[in-house]
Formats: sequence, structure tokens, C-alpha cells
Amino acid sequence: MSGDHHHDDHHHHDHEGSELSSTALRVRALESLLVEKGYVDPAALDELIETYEHKVGPKNGARVVAKAWSDADFLAMLREDATAAITSLGYIGRQGEHMVAVENTPHVHNMVVCTLCSCYPWPVLGLPPVWYKSPAYRSRSVIDPRGVLSDFGVSLPEETDVQVWDSTAEVRYLVIPMRPDGTANMNEDDLAALVTRDSMIGTGLALSPDEARARGLLA
Amino acid sequence: MNGVHDMGGMQDFGPVEPEENEPVFHAGWERRAFALTLATSAPGGWNIDMSRHARESLPPAQYLGSSYYQIWLAGIEKLLGERGLITPEEIETGRISAPVKPVERILKAEDVAAVMAKGGPADRPASEPAGFRIGDRVRARNIHPEGHTRLPRYVRGHFGEISRVHGCHIFPDAHAHGLGERPHWLYSVSFSARELWGEEAAPRDRVHVDLWEPYLEPA
Repeated sequence: MSGDHHHDDHHHHDHEGSELSSTALRVRALESLLVEKGYVDPAALDELIETYEHKVGPKNGARVVAKAWSDADFLAMLREDATAAITSLGYIGRQGEHMVAVENTPHVHNMVVCTLCSCYPWPVLGLPPVWYKSPAYRSRSVIDPRGVLSDFGVSLPEETDVQVWDSTAEVRYLVIPMRPDGTANMNEDDLAALVTRDSMIGTGLALSPDEARARGLLA
Repeated sequence: MNGVHDMGGMQDFGPVEPEENEPVFHAGWERRAFALTLATSAPGGWNIDMSRHARESLPPAQYLGSSYYQIWLAGIEKLLGERGLITPEEIETGRISAPVKPVERILKAEDVAAVMAKGGPADRPASEPAGFRIGDRVRARNIHPEGHTRLPRYVRGHFGEISRVHGCHIFPDAHAHGLGERPHWLYSVSFSARELWGEEAAPRDRVHVDLWEPYLEPA
């Protein structure tokens, strides 16, 4: 045991370096070629990764929803011109050039998919999760949206109709989930903590204050 | 093209499997493949429709057998090869063997924020009035273009209703093939789930699909 210990430590150190998959090697080779030929600035790659891994994400969308719940003028603007409303909060750019907000009500539940690829509103939600890009979600959400919802543990009352939005063009959809009960006195910051990524795609609902507390999202 | 990427309504891909606390990227190479995809469109000069077409026209078995970022990687390898920027031989050997081609621009690190914020709006001034209005009944044409199209198979031949008028947008069927932007009016068309999937679908559920005017005929 003690004799092997040192060896194991060493082995586990540079995990990515020692166990590169063939795809990883291919990407590395391609990047080197592109940089050597002067087609790509490696610092631009770092900047792109930093932006979409750490700066842009569903917290942006949650701010949009929380504001829509608490500010009637903003909600009116969101209905009239969602791109302008969302731009006014500073969430702009690639894959969010043409925004439409779709509001859930007791009678209508909205859900967003891209059956042809992976279109997703980056400025408000960041990059899509793997399941959103999976054949399972892309194929089934249009023919069996209620079945997909049950995969997420969501069951809707029978009187609630499902409306699915297939993002086949450059228009991107943001679902405005219903504001949970018991939130009348909450401020925008606390409301934003209730808004999950999935609730803005339509595969989830906004959290109740108790659920948010249980997850440590709300004091 | 009636390709495997056109997944709406296909069956047997299994349940949707959300991942708890999913990271933005699942491997170091995914970060690089993502960033390379964004960065190479500058020297490559291709547009988003060309990128989509490169990915969806991969051999069907490869498309279905690849992870999402493997598809993106194969897409840029194909586009780079077609333009002679990086040859297949260079990708296989990892060594430069073809001359460097002059390119119009590359993406510099200091320009990333501005380029991403600007995005690529797809709306264009209209040269003629919209052919349809909200509430008009339409039929999605039963056509099978061999090139790129954003008319999903599952709506072709079906009747729907115009639910939104988005404006005049770049037409992907032309743009993907270097035939210019050829903007056309873009609509959300609302189909009842029963019209698409038959009597077993929930009676009031609907699927909205963004469709350009050439995909539609009056009904």
C-alpha cells in the first residue's frame, strides 16, 4: 500500500494530459495548425471560452423574468418588443438578436425546442445543456411534450394546454414561467433566485420560496 | 434535405436525461472546439447557414454516432477543407503541407466582446408587403429540397395558422449555398397537435414553427 501510494499520486496528476482521447488530440492538432497558419488568435479562443463559460448564463434570463414579474412597464415592453426589453438590461448579441418572450399562464404552458439543431438564446441562458441538444429531446418534444415534461418530473393539470415553440429560424424564445404563490412581498433579487434555467426553457417551473430555500438559493 | 438532423417526431431515442449541476463543458477539448467554431468563421468567411449545412450533411451514421461538439468539429474541418484553408491531409498528419491562403479577417482577442455583442441580426428591409397576416390559414408546402432548408419534415403538407409576423429575414435555403441573402417574410405558424400527430394528441396542444413565406401556400 505505502509503496504504491507515491505512484498513484503521480498518475492522477495531469489527468487530461495523460489520457487524451482521439477527439481531443484532433482538436489540439487542428488548433495548432490554425494558429500556425495565422487564421486563429489563440487569445481570442480563451476570451470566447471565458465569456461563455463564466460570464453569460441563465442568471441573466432570471433577471429578465424577475423584472417581468415585478415591473408592469417592463412586462409591457417585453410583450411589445422583447429584443428591446432584454437589450435594455444589457443582455445582447449572438444567438439573441431576435427575441420573443412567451408567458405561461394557468391555461397555457410554453416549451422551447430546436428540432433541427440546437438554437438557444445565448445572451439570456448561456450555452445549452447536453439534454437540450440530444436526439431524445429534439425528436420527442414536438410529438410528446407531456412525456418529455414527465422526464423532468413536471406534470401539468389537464386544463393546461401545451404550446411548443420550434426555433427553426433566428428568432429565440424565452419562456416567462408563472410567478409562484407566496411571493407577493419579494424583491427582484429574491425573485430571480426562484427562476431556474429549465423554467425558462419550459421543461420546469419556477421554484417556490421553500424549494429555493431548501436548495440554498434563498436566505 | 431530408436528413437525420431533422428529428422532430422521430421515436425511440429514449428518455430525456437531465444532468444535475451540469458543467458548461464536459472536457477541455469541448471548450476549444466550441471556440474554434466561433473563431474560424472570420477567416473562413462562411455564414451560420453554411455552418448548419456542413454539420447536417455529415454522413448520417456519423451524425448520430457523434457527440454534439464532435459534430461541430467535423463541421469546421469540412468547411476549412472546402476552402483550402486546412486540408484533410494536414488534419491527419498535424503538419502544414498546403500554403497559407490570404484571408480577409481573423478574430482578434480584443474584438471578441464587440463581435459577440453585435451578433448577426438576420432581419432585412422588406422589398414587398407580407403575403400573410396573423390569423391567416396556410399550408406548409409538401416539398423536399435537396439542399439546406429549415422547413421540418413533420409539418410539410399540414395546415396551420399564422400566429406571428417576425419581419423579413435572410432565407437559409439560399444563404447556405452562397446564393445571397434573398430575404423573405418570416412567420410563426401555429399547428394543432392533432393536425400533426392525429387524434391521440391532446385536443388543444399546439406546435409553433418559424417558417418563411416560400415554405407556405394559402389554404
